[in-house]
Amino acid sequence: MAEFAPARGAGHALTMVDRSLRLSARNVDAVLVSLVLPVMLMLVFVYFFGGAIDTGASHGDYVTYVAPGVLILCAGYGASMTAVSVTRDMAEGVIDRFRSLDVGGTAVLTGHVVASTVRNLAATAAVLAVALAIGFRPTADPARWLAALGVLLAYVVALAWLAAVVGLLAHSAEAAGGFTFFILFLPYPSSAFVPIDTMPGWLHGFAEHQPVTPVIESMRALLLDRPVGDALWPALAWSAGLTALALPLCALAFRRRTA
Amino acid sequence: MRGTTAVEAEGLRKSYGSVEVLRGIDLSVPRGGVFALLGPNGAGKTTTVRILATLAQADAGRAVVAGADVRRERSLVRRRISLTGQYASVDEMLTGAENLRLTARLAGHPRRAARRRADELLERFALGGAAGRRVATYSGGMRRRLDIAACLVGTPEVVFLDEPSTGLDPRSRQTLWDVVRELASGGVTVLLTTQYLEEADQLAGRLAVVDGGRVVAEGGPAELKARVGGRRLHLALRDADAYTRLVSALGPRAVHRDPEHRTVELATDGGAAHVRALLDEVDPTRGEVTRFEVRGATLDDVFLTLTGTPPTAPAHAAGSHREEPVRG
Ligand SMILES: Nc1ncnc2c1ncn2[C@@H]1O[C@H](COP(=O)(O)OP(=O)(O)OP(=O)(O)O)[C@@H](O)[C@H]1O
Ligand SMILES: [Mg+2]
Repeated sequence: MAEFAPARGAGHALTMVDRSLRLSARNVDAVLVSLVLPVMLMLVFVYFFGGAIDTGASHGDYVTYVAPGVLILCAGYGASMTAVSVTRDMAEGVIDRFRSLDVGGTAVLTGHVVASTVRNLAATAAVLAVALAIGFRPTADPARWLAALGVLLAYVVALAWLAAVVGLLAHSAEAAGGFTFFILFLPYPSSAFVPIDTMPGWLHGFAEHQPVTPVIESMRALLLDRPVGDALWPALAWSAGLTALALPLCALAFRRRTA
Repeated sequence: MRGTTAVEAEGLRKSYGSVEVLRGIDLSVPRGGVFALLGPNGAGKTTTVRILATLAQADAGRAVVAGADVRRERSLVRRRISLTGQYASVDEMLTGAENLRLTARLAGHPRRAARRRADELLERFALGGAAGRRVATYSGGMRRRLDIAACLVGTPEVVFLDEPSTGLDPRSRQTLWDVVRELASGGVTVLLTTQYLEEADQLAGRLAVVDGGRVVAEGGPAELKARVGGRRLHLALRDADAYTRLVSALGPRAVHRDPEHRTVELATDGGAAHVRALLDEVDPTRGEVTRFEVRGATLDDVFLTLTGTPPTAPAHAAGSHREEPVRG
């Protein structure tokens, strides 16, 4: 029993990742739902509104403009699913079993966050496949592709930890689902679907400085082989900052919830 | 080793809001063997177990479990105990086998050993055939068995089982009892709560009766039975009139009453002289008592005597009478 504590914690986290992945695989319907909506939105944007939206010549087709935004939207759906599953775990007896086995909150939540990230990567692949099929034509080389995915991944992980905090604070799945609203709303007042300069002036300040815009602008620039400019660092700083904020909040909320 | 007591609790108190649930629980559970916590619904058994298993914190009092303090050495306690709570704590969407393997790995087994341990336990609890099915498709008793099995994947020093046999059929209960006895004979301390007095009688070397958040009696089954009087004279009355008359004449001397079957019990030493005298006293006309029987006191008697007035049928119950204790 004289185990090295960090090794024990890491073992627990790995086992919890395994559990959360298995649970996700059993819940494919939910994953599909979280996928179908963004894809439908993409189709609506591209085919219904796309003709009316002028994003400027440099962006090419509207689908090329909007695809990164749809990926961000997907990340939002994924995160709200994560919040709900954390809430469920905390409400059910299973958390007592984990606690009585001395499994810490970090391990339990790491399981959720990793599974959330994996679900999101699958969703991203599916959305990209549809986007490519309807005319998305990024021009990036593999290195820039990876960089774009990296930027997205950092954002997805940050959202997942935030979702975990929300899941711990909420006492019902419905309450946790309310998180959806905020996270899903965030891409609209950003450059995700239309350029910011087409929005009313009072919105510019928020739209330019909220996290979604730099993430999207970085992805666009990377995928379309344009200079990344000054969007990349804010994007990474937002993701890192939100994660750094969420981690201690998670620990705190878990301790309060299980006190 | 860590002394001779597995669980030592002193003055545990706990309130939820303004409701005082535990009012100073003292317990001393010897190492090895089975200790049963008995008490009516709402007595505070689950709350006590959760505090001892570090899942809840007492407002006052202290407890040492498996040599570690539940408040200051929580992690240490957790590594030395295992718990099956009153309510299911398995993943519905995973299969029985997955649940046990997962738990075994969390308990520190490497992957292969975890698989082996899970298979053993599935066989043991007659879940081999359902091992590959999702728990969501299990019956209530199967779930309960899985829950108990999950508690046994590791090598705990103290095992807490909160109403382990609730919902089990007689055969499963027998398996549970065998497992509990094996654990105890292997030196593990088992602390269980139960509503089944027979279970406590069969398994427990010692028991505590909890009522209203306090321990109202503690001791061995024989000791407790002796405390409520050695034997009972069990009388069956001819009709409802005779029953009513006798009950009102005896008052609190009737240690047990059953209006439905028109039976009454009185304390006796079981000697012929005392029984004859009692019969003459309660039935001077020799027409009202149709049958009699001398019985040993059961844990039922202990339970009913210690946790309130003897139960009567609702029609006869006094207004202040509270929830009727569940009988095994
Ligand atoms: N989380 C809680 N919030 C409020 N009250 C609670 C809570 N947990 C328990 N109680 C109350 O504490 C009292 C004791 O509950 P407990 O579950 O410990 O009883 P028990 O002896 O296990 O009963 P049972 O035989 O029904 O399982 C009950 O009156 C219950 O309503
Ligand atoms: Mg209980």
